[in-house]
Amino acid sequence: MTRSRAMLPYVVWMTIFIVVPLFLVIYYAFTTRDANGTALTLANFQRAFQPIYLKVLARSLKLAVFSTAVCLLLGYPVALIMAGKAFSRKSTIMLLFVIPMWMNFLLRTYAWLTLLERNGALNQLLSRIGLPTLNILYTDYAVILGMVYNFLPFMILPIYSVLSKIDQGVIEAASDLGANKLVVFLRVVLPLSLPGVVSGIIMVFMPALTTFVISRLLGGGQYTLVGNLIEQQFLVVGDWGFGSAISMVLIVLILISMAVMSFFEKGEEGATLW
Amino acid sequence: MTDQQLVNLVGVSKVYDGTAALKGIDLYIRRNEFLTLLGPSGCGKTTTLRLIGGFEQPTTGKILFEGVDITGVPPYKRRVNTVFQRYALFSHMNVFENIAFGLRIKKMDEKTIRAKVGKMLELVNLVGYENRSVDSLSGGQQQRVAIARALVNEPEVLLLDEPLAALDLKLRKEMQQELKKMQRQLGITFLFVTHDQEEALSMSDTIAVMKDGEIQQIGTPEDIYNEPKNAFVAGFIGESNIVDGIMHQDKLVEFAGTCFDCVDGGFGPMEPVDVVIRPEDIKLVKPGDGKLQGVVRSVTFMGVHYEMIVEAHGIDWLVHSTLMEPPGSEVGLYVTPMDIHIMKKVAAG
Repeated sequence: MTRSRAMLPYVVWMTIFIVVPLFLVIYYAFTTRDANGTALTLANFQRAFQPIYLKVLARSLKLAVFSTAVCLLLGYPVALIMAGKAFSRKSTIMLLFVIPMWMNFLLRTYAWLTLLERNGALNQLLSRIGLPTLNILYTDYAVILGMVYNFLPFMILPIYSVLSKIDQGVIEAASDLGANKLVVFLRVVLPLSLPGVVSGIIMVFMPALTTFVISRLLGGGQYTLVGNLIEQQFLVVGDWGFGSAISMVLIVLILISMAVMSFFEKGEEGATLW
Repeated sequence: MTDQQLVNLVGVSKVYDGTAALKGIDLYIRRNEFLTLLGPSGCGKTTTLRLIGGFEQPTTGKILFEGVDITGVPPYKRRVNTVFQRYALFSHMNVFENIAFGLRIKKMDEKTIRAKVGKMLELVNLVGYENRSVDSLSGGQQQRVAIARALVNEPEVLLLDEPLAALDLKLRKEMQQELKKMQRQLGITFLFVTHDQEEALSMSDTIAVMKDGEIQQIGTPEDIYNEPKNAFVAGFIGESNIVDGIMHQDKLVEFAGTCFDCVDGGFGPMEPVDVVIRPEDIKLVKPGDGKLQGVVRSVTFMGVHYEMIVEAHGIDWLVHSTLMEPPGSEVGLYVTPMDIHIMKKVAAG
């Protein structure tokens, strides 16, 4: 009784800021407004599935998958090292990964703009030591770099938290039963850490798929991901119906990918977002 | 003699962050023996087991296995397996895969694995549980899986680290008997670690009593119980009355203001000693008879016997007897010379 009453503010909050906007998006996606008033329509979705927009969606998916993969490849070893019992500087490393997050997201991303410029800090350093300069600003690579830089902590933290909770006794038991370090990792540590990997993937993949700031800043003005497309429809073009339709396509896409991930994850529940 | 010694610890010590957990112990385990390391927590018994398992390296000394030095050998290359205190089962595998883990690493073929695991499931009474997740099992069942997972590898020595500590009394008694039965059936050497003296007495061929990183006494359960070497062993194994005494001469000791005949000797003249008397060795006789006169202070019914506290000469004596004397009654106390155990005083600390 008291518990459900204590939930009330949260329910009100979620209704106003999540449920109502969601229904508004659905409403705008399926309706059209002209001089005669409002009418039901599927035209917005027909438009969303035109090749030109599907291409944007495919590109967004590709970049999100790629950055998530890079985050996983970079993040897992870090989490593994930090969770190791021999490692005593856990908090220092953790701090190093978390400090950038204290800074504003936009500023962090702007900083890369300066670093990656044709005459930016990175290229000055490269030419000083006699290496060819890199011109990756306004390309896929810059966008991926921005995503990995911004989202890497979201991969490391859930994996680290699951890894550090693995009972040391289980690792000793595997070793006792004849497993060398590699076998212990492959057959015990890795499977037990999958819930963390799944959380990490979801927490990186979702913002990577929907970002429009990173792609705008590091990808340049002409660079369009699905996030930019939605932003344009709402803020520039003013076609709320079409913008809502793409948003819904994106939401469905995310739901599908999360369902796929939870299929792979059979371990602990608490570690995931579901 | 030496060919019987399967594992040998030679002057093994272990220091953790400046604190000595083991102070140079020598210990050997004979083939097919059920050896128990017994002692209070922090006595070094688990450290000893972990050194033999290879999870820790000794600070000094060496460990021999069939005469070969295995001190630096990692756990996965040792022919010993361990049953861990909290079982440490693989929660991402079912019962069958947990038990098959060691065999799969040895790359045995599927048919052999099925046969071996099947035999183990029978041994630990878990036939039909193959596909259950280990988290769905009770404590006793998880423990059986842990034992089967270790035994299926046919180790030379099975190390058991307080494996029964988490079980309730009835289950613990059952598992004690089952473990002992398995050990006889399989002819595997068991090294068992416990702080429960009753468990140690009922299961072991040999007991090593440990305290503060040192072995106090090694012997058969009967030896340890009947002839404890010092007051610590006497106090730890079973209940005891331990009082201060003075050795007047060989076979004559004074305690509680009275001289008693005893059977021990070899002490200096008038040397202070510990006198140990088991509560069941004190006979209550008519007042006036016996060497000491006392008053019953309290009586507790324990099932098989009564536990009474009798005050005599300012000392509370713990007495076990099947006959009850009501509180307040005057009694005489009698102890046969055989049952008076004289021990050298251990230096304090």
